[in-house]
Amino acid sequence: MGLLTSLRDSISRVTDGLFAADEPKRIGIYGPPNAGKTTLANRIARDWTGDAVGPESHIPHETRRARRKENVEIERNGRKVTIDIVDTPGVTTKVDYKEFLDHDMDKEDAVRRSREATEGVAEAMHWLREDVDGVIYVLDSTTDPFTQVNTMLIGIIESQDLPALILANKTDLPESDVQQIANAFPQHETIPLSALEGENMDEVYTKIAEYFG
Amino acid sequence: MPGAAPDVDGGDDPADDGVRIDMISGARMEGLTSMEKIRLILDGVREGNIVILEEGLSPDEESKLIEVTMTEISPDDFTGIEIETYPKPDSGSQSFLDRLMGRESTQKLTVIGPANRIETLHKDENLISTLVSRK
Repeated sequence: MGLLTSLRDSISRVTDGLFAADEPKRIGIYGPPNAGKTTLANRIARDWTGDAVGPESHIPHETRRARRKENVEIERNGRKVTIDIVDTPGVTTKVDYKEFLDHDMDKEDAVRRSREATEGVAEAMHWLREDVDGVIYVLDSTTDPFTQVNTMLIGIIESQDLPALILANKTDLPESDVQQIANAFPQHETIPLSALEGENMDEVYTKIAEYFG
Repeated sequence: MPGAAPDVDGGDDPADDGVRIDMISGARMEGLTSMEKIRLILDGVREGNIVILEEGLSPDEESKLIEVTMTEISPDDFTGIEIETYPKPDSGSQSFLDRLMGRESTQKLTVIGPANRIETLHKDENLISTLVSRK
């Protein structure tokens, strides 16, 4: 990106911010498959609107379309933040329908699910480049965070200058290791939580207000 | 296509006996557009080759690579890619002026291969260990 393009983008961001100060910020919930993105999206939506965003499942790629929950108002320390939550499909560089056969699916269903999953990942990448104002990056704290998808996505988010909150999910599980996530991405603050059990959601909401307000 | 890797012909395909590795220099990638780079990579990978980029891709190009890869996955034919690079160094090492001028450093050795032939055994900040299988 050259100087003029950078300046134009910077000016555009500032003017957009001025004229759209009251517009809800679109916050994309990103991360690898099965990190608990939809569980978190549902937790936030239920806590502040009473509705859910979408179905949760232990089968990878349950979310195969980006789903938006609009006008979620979060109040923190006398401050009100309005966001649109965008729950995105888990990002990966590979999808093999055979992996779904292990989850009691026949070949036809597995192939359809894999095709929808690939479309969903492509859509999620497009949203990230074009349509989100901030990112909540969800990681499963029981798994190794040093994966290429995590490295690339964090790099893409940083290159777009998007505010990003890293959440170490699944702290209710005994294998949870929040520190290894903090070590993998030392340039970002890591917030531990269990979206399933609702643990540490107070801090998550405080950080959402701080990062995206 | 400007940056296409040359075909290796001449009778039996040598890739039948082993794994072909294309090591692409930064100079070769320099004049290519984002889509030309992505095509160069994916065309090689879809033929079963391992592609090593001396200088890697920009974050935006990596994003597009994922997107295009997803559109090309098809059952029993192509299941996607495995890609490995070292984590990006601390962004503090890049000056504000560099970023303002678009001089984003993308210099990171990158290995890309077919998902069904390359498996990462270990990865940390300083070491990437992968297992490459034959067809």
